[in-house]
Amino acid sequence: MSDTTQEPMIAADGRPLKQSLARALRRQKLRALALIAPLLLFVMVTFIIPILSMLFRSVENQIVSNTLPHTVVALQEWDSAQSELPDEEVFRHLYFDLFKAAEAKEHSRLGTRLNYEKTGLSSVFRTTGRRLDDMGEVFQDPLEDINENFKNGAFWYEMLSGEGGEELLESRRTLWARLTGDSMAGDIGFVPSSQMADMLPWTTRAYTDFAIWTVVEEEDVVAEEDPWEAVYAGLAYDLQSEETRANIASYGGPGAEALKDAVANFDKLPKVDFKAAFAEAKEDWVTTDLWATVQVFSADYTPGYFLNAVDLELTPEGVQAKPENQQIYMQLFMRTLWMALVITGSCIVLGYPVAWLLANLPMRTANTLMILVLLPFWTSLLVRTSAWKVLLQQQGVINDILVWLGFVDDANRLILMNNATGTIIAMTHILLPFMILPLYSVMKTIPPSYLRAAKSLGATNWTAFWRVYFPQSVPGIGAGSILVFILAIGYYITPEIVGGTDGIFISNRIAYHISSSLNWGLAAALGSILLVVVLVLYWAYDKIVGIDNVKLGG
Amino acid sequence: MKLISKLMKPIAAATAIASLSGAALADDHMASNMTIVSWGGAYQDSQIKAYAEPYMEMNPGVSVTWDESSAEAVAKLRAMNEAGNITWDLVDVVAADALRLCDEGLAMEVDHDELLAAAPDGTPASDDFGDLIVSDCFIPQIVYSTTVGYRTDLVPEGTAAPSDICALFDLETYPGKRSLEKRPINTMEWALLCDGVAKEDVYDVLATEEGQERALAKLDTIRDEVIWWSAGADTPQLLADGEVFMGSTYNGRLFSAIVEQDQPIGMLWDAQVFDLDGWIIPADLPEERLARVKDFVKFATDTQRLADQAKYISYGPARESSAPLVGKHAELGIDMAPHMPTDPNNAKNTFLYNYEFWADYRDDIDAKFQAWLAQ
Amino acid sequence: MSVLNPSVPKPDLYRFTMPVVAVLGAIFGFITGNIFGSPAIGLVLGAIIGAALAAGLDRITGMDRWKKIWGTAAVFAIAGLIAGGVGGLVGGTVVGVSMGWFTTWISSGKYRASVPSYYTAGQVLWHNTFLFICAFVFFFLIAPLFPVAWLSFNAEDFFTFTPEMLAFKAEGYSLKHYADFLGSDEWMVPLKNSLIIAPIATIISVSLGTLAAIGLSQSHVPGRQAIMAILISPMIVPLIISATGMFFFYAPLGNWLQANLGLNQAFVGYVKVILAHAVLGIPFVIITVTATLVGFDRSLTRAAANMGADPVTTFFRIQMPLILPGVISGGLFAFITSFDEVVVVLFVGSARQQTLPWQMFTGLREQISPTILAAATILVTISILLLTTVELLRRRSERLRGMSPG
Repeated sequence: MSDTTQEPMIAADGRPLKQSLARALRRQKLRALALIAPLLLFVMVTFIIPILSMLFRSVENQIVSNTLPHTVVALQEWDSAQSELPDEEVFRHLYFDLFKAAEAKEHSRLGTRLNYEKTGLSSVFRTTGRRLDDMGEVFQDPLEDINENFKNGAFWYEMLSGEGGEELLESRRTLWARLTGDSMAGDIGFVPSSQMADMLPWTTRAYTDFAIWTVVEEEDVVAEEDPWEAVYAGLAYDLQSEETRANIASYGGPGAEALKDAVANFDKLPKVDFKAAFAEAKEDWVTTDLWATVQVFSADYTPGYFLNAVDLELTPEGVQAKPENQQIYMQLFMRTLWMALVITGSCIVLGYPVAWLLANLPMRTANTLMILVLLPFWTSLLVRTSAWKVLLQQQGVINDILVWLGFVDDANRLILMNNATGTIIAMTHILLPFMILPLYSVMKTIPPSYLRAAKSLGATNWTAFWRVYFPQSVPGIGAGSILVFILAIGYYITPEIVGGTDGIFISNRIAYHISSSLNWGLAAALGSILLVVVLVLYWAYDKIVGIDNVKLGG
Repeated sequence: MKLISKLMKPIAAATAIASLSGAALADDHMASNMTIVSWGGAYQDSQIKAYAEPYMEMNPGVSVTWDESSAEAVAKLRAMNEAGNITWDLVDVVAADALRLCDEGLAMEVDHDELLAAAPDGTPASDDFGDLIVSDCFIPQIVYSTTVGYRTDLVPEGTAAPSDICALFDLETYPGKRSLEKRPINTMEWALLCDGVAKEDVYDVLATEEGQERALAKLDTIRDEVIWWSAGADTPQLLADGEVFMGSTYNGRLFSAIVEQDQPIGMLWDAQVFDLDGWIIPADLPEERLARVKDFVKFATDTQRLADQAKYISYGPARESSAPLVGKHAELGIDMAPHMPTDPNNAKNTFLYNYEFWADYRDDIDAKFQAWLAQ
Repeated sequence: MSVLNPSVPKPDLYRFTMPVVAVLGAIFGFITGNIFGSPAIGLVLGAIIGAALAAGLDRITGMDRWKKIWGTAAVFAIAGLIAGGVGGLVGGTVVGVSMGWFTTWISSGKYRASVPSYYTAGQVLWHNTFLFICAFVFFFLIAPLFPVAWLSFNAEDFFTFTPEMLAFKAEGYSLKHYADFLGSDEWMVPLKNSLIIAPIATIISVSLGTLAAIGLSQSHVPGRQAIMAILISPMIVPLIISATGMFFFYAPLGNWLQANLGLNQAFVGYVKVILAHAVLGIPFVIITVTATLVGFDRSLTRAAANMGADPVTTFFRIQMPLILPGVISGGLFAFITSFDEVVVVLFVGSARQQTLPWQMFTGLREQISPTILAAATILVTISILLLTTVELLRRRSERLRGMSPG
């Protein structure tokens, strides 16, 4: 026996007891986790991930750099504080970027995006998109006059295809993929020749873009299609360089004859001036404001939506407050919090006595009365809200009764809805059961003998209640409040119907931006802020009361 | 009875086989089911009766599922497009939404002359629809207007019933609540018109900061008396309750309340704002479904079908050639032509909604408008 | 609170009953007088009538209490009818019932029946005031349902009380909205969809939720707070955000199911809505079941294990019956969440899965029609019947088990 005191205690299976206990504990933990795992996985996959990806839109802004990849890079050098416009190179990149975007019909989407930041850009992009073909035809027509071959799709294919251009092809493919969101993968039956890529860089690049689009999206054969106007514009620009013209003179590959014709008749081609062309398409292009906006929002991630959500804006001069006549969100956040608080408060005031009554009545009566609490719960939210509309409006039931009884003059009927009052009354009614049920279940656990004991020790009714009963019911109030508050803060259908203008919540604006204005970035930013507010409250609640104490009847 | 049912059986079977083979034939190159998105309510009913039922009679194998989601169409289509799962085949939207869907590349661009039937006299569709083709993606269906209705029994004694739009802003002559739509579109234009801006200058003025403030200042004069609506059914209900004296809504809603429901309501045609409603085909539909939709759209937008729709609802057909064919109300038997917004008597003073303007200024003016509302 | 004071003495007629009833009479009199423009006269008359009524009813002995009440009501109703037509009849009945009930309640001393006999007058007054406050709250909860039921019989297509309805004329009423609801696919299909989606979503959230709640209630769960926050999150995120976020997840999921498992589109549509609703219901199940488990005596499961029961048997025979109330109430919440949910289904569902709330929502937006009120009335009636049946069954089983009713 004396030996065993030195050795560790042994469990039934011969292992040391400490080890065995640790193992049992581990097994218990694992079993608990195994029970939780399916649901956790379910909620993670079907809820958390979708929500996070939605909220991520609040900072996402790749659309600018995806749609105008080269323009954005070229624009980096430009200083918006100067009153000068960006130089021709930026406009040239803009032309080729925008041409691709217009083919993929992504340009007007960018217009919509930038229109959130600067009014009028939507139509700038839409109108310009229709003019891009014309801007290239200016070069296409004379080139085709110079040499018939330029009309021929097969000729272009023969001239520009070759070897060694795989790298160029893949980089163009990547840009397409970013623009369209598709993979754009697949064999396109065309590889640009590296020789031409060196000699006629803009032409080859434009043609490669054309080839990828033609094959992958339109499912045609490259050689059989006539190239885009942008390819002609590219050639016209390439020919501007004297060096290129010299190179063509010594070039002998496919299409050499046509190219030499073009060089020979170079003076028949109009001068390449993209800036002028854009100015003609829409004069907004030659304003520094537009370019400043593009530059500010060219980053892949932007704080712009969040700034908008708190009535600030991102401008070339930095973060500024929005003009006063456009400030709305801070006010709405404050109002939402305030009204949710008022609704929670009135739910406590109305719910507490009822819960007390239910908890202290005989089971039989309490259950019957409980039906009255649950009944509105079973009635559709929409119906209850409409019912409140019928009750509260100026020609509604309540006003009618008051007028009939002579308490209110027919000409001065009370305004009970289409304002904050209406929202508060209707939402208090809708959320009251969420207060009563948790309160009831907590009060049910408070033994009535405590109160009697306090009284028999000489406490007055009030003291007994306030010092003995009330503190024990606080978890119920907490549980009910957090439920009501959280639910209230996210409501939007009821405020929409009875809230008028000063009874609406931030959720109404979120819904508006999701379904009407399509400004999902802003909606996500507003939603994220709301979510953070709720999480902070939730965290505070958990610290103070503990979430385990939330009960919903039962 | 038994005998009859016995006799009926083979006939029914034969019909079933016939329709099955019809379906099989159609299946070759066209899908046999279409999901059409519309607004629900009386408007959707008129489409079912005028377009879908005759079409299904001609093509017995085809079935149509109606989705009442037009109000969320833009958001849902965008989401469907991003998710790569477009379950809709044809969507009924207002022109402004069509423009946005087209901008976003969510709607298919169509060649109107190729897709749509020519008028009976051979006029190509693009001429027959004329200016109403406001976007390359938009296939016009009806012309509706936003206009104002009022309670005839609440007009102050000794005063003539309101006849022009500015009665909205005239609280002295016509006291009482008004209901206006909770968005700047239409509301701002009316405010400027009644503040003395000439009709042709309205959008130029509204494009400026001062013009927007001017419109809001005009609205300030009635803001305490305004109930703002957001659903089309609101104003008729508010008028029926006597909750408002006058309010703006779509002309078809007023027709229904006045003529079909017999409510004490009158309506103005002055400065009615014309707007369009029509179809768009979602971008990137699979071939079979696209073929079916094209077939349906060609049928549903021909001259006769558009005129037929006016039997059920008082919206004007978008084709010029349909106007003379507009007949009588399907149940009440009254002439529908005088109730069309496009009827010459009603269209003496109309206002055209400027789609391009609102596509640009919508976000900006809406922010100001909402901030003004929240003050 | 059982009856503490079974035999209460009758209060003094002249010093208590008559003045108290006179006060109520004065209040009613004031209101009635106000209708006719002379509240002061009404006040005095009301007080006199109240006192007289108290005295009169007190004299009549040997009559059942309810007979007295209905008798009073009848007198007032007739008086009301003569003075103010149909409106007066209704008003008179209400006043009559209240007066009769109040008088008999006061004069018999019943107002003290549920408080200990040592209570002071002030305490009794407070106790009864408290009961009236509670009655008011119950009224507040139920009141909006009355216009709903009433308007559902409207002969017109608006949510408006027409003069014919208020005058109780037959032509103001009709059952056409009920016929619309019961007789058209437009409503019956959504009802069917709701009845498919809500129960299945409830079963998923209840089964997964209960398991997880049991796991969470064990000691030593690592990261408990974080897990809890995640599981409750569907309740916290504003619905419109959830709706769009979920749409992006469910659309590709639907594609995948259709393409890889060869399921048909309609079925996949249901799956999507059911999953979405199941997630929304989970927080309610988690909250209620964990709350029940907090008070659960662990030694019971140990005892069962000791006696040789395997964990599954222990769960179903010991734990489950004890936490069943929590599970059921969580299930109810989950069911209602799905049955009344409109925002998410609007995005995630497609036309074939149109649910009842969706149909109501379109109805409200596109053409306000009392059909949705008829739908609501039918649903409320069904739920009253259901809740009452459950309660009656519960009482019966209690009786059978020989337990005293609470």
